[in-house]
Amino acid sequence: MAENDDVIARIVGIEPGSALAEVVAGRADVMALTQQTHDGALMPETPGGLSHAERAALACRIAKINNDSEFEAHFETLLDKADASGDAARFADIWFDGGGDIRLKALMRHVDLVAHAPKDATRHDIELLREAGIAEADIVRLAELIAFVSYQIRVAAGLRLMRGLA
Amino acid sequence: MSRVVHEFTTTVPVWKPYVTPLDLAEASREQLDALKVTPSNTKVSDYVLVLAHDVETLKHRTPLFNAVMYNKGGLSRAEREIGAVGASMVNRCIYCAAVHAGRYNQLTKDETVIDAIFADGNDADIEPRLKAILNFSVKLSKCPSDADEADLQALVDAGLGKDEILDLILSTSLFGWANRLMHTLGEPLAE
Repeated sequence: MAENDDVIARIVGIEPGSALAEVVAGRADVMALTQQTHDGALMPETPGGLSHAERAALACRIAKINNDSEFEAHFETLLDKADASGDAARFADIWFDGGGDIRLKALMRHVDLVAHAPKDATRHDIELLREAGIAEADIVRLAELIAFVSYQIRVAAGLRLMRGLA
Repeated sequence: MSRVVHEFTTTVPVWKPYVTPLDLAEASREQLDALKVTPSNTKVSDYVLVLAHDVETLKHRTPLFNAVMYNKGGLSRAEREIGAVGASMVNRCIYCAAVHAGRYNQLTKDETVIDAIFADGNDADIEPRLKAILNFSVKLSKCPSDADEADLQALVDAGLGKDEILDLILSTSLFGWANRLMHTLGEPLAE
């Protein structure tokens, strides 16, 4: 990723000098912080128990749950760059449920639930992550990843609608 | 005795985490910086201490939250709170809904709008501008987003400028984020 990449601007196709670019420039601080959080959620310096490849693949899964093919492609690019080995890339397969691996299964179950229907989440869902051996800090890292990507996809969805405004 | 709150209310519950909050005594330099802990300010909520387990997002999240909700210009602060409430209703985050419905009431000195929204959701009998704002926020909060050109046009027709629409998109989306933390990492208790 280039240092000054802005994922939302690129995905939405905000043309420099356009009316939309001018409006978004009024909230340049928010857009910059959004990009910095993207980098912190997807490519943290201290990834803990969730590798960069696993994060990119899970984000790809969240994009699919949101029917957003452009974010899906973006996270696939990150996944390729993360040099995925082992099972990480399989997270991006929406039909893969983890098979016999209890950790993979728990991570994907949680991503699917919280991305799609956070209203249905309960204490039990956190207990399932713990039972699968996922550490406290990694439960929070996972929650932030799902929550941030859900936010970013919605900001882009709204801006895409705004592109059509005269 | 405390019990879990399941219905929308403007009485702010106590948030009890499912995950163990960070122990400040064991916090790293980076965590203390993100928490803005100083010798004179050592009071940090359990929510923020839970989020401190992921300091690389928390350090950006706090200024981002403040910018989206309190930046000058654009959509009024009260109407940004309606974006937060719409998202929190879709995601059933009782805690966030209570805090931000309460802020709307404080800012406007009017409790009738929130009463109507909590009673009737999208069918609430509120003025057209607020109805367009609520409707857009509810639809953008679905997964996948359900907001379309007609919902955006309804905002334009209700008199929102582009800068105001952008602020509504940001506050609604921000609560798609906040709800997925607050509602999934802990529960709201009535004291």
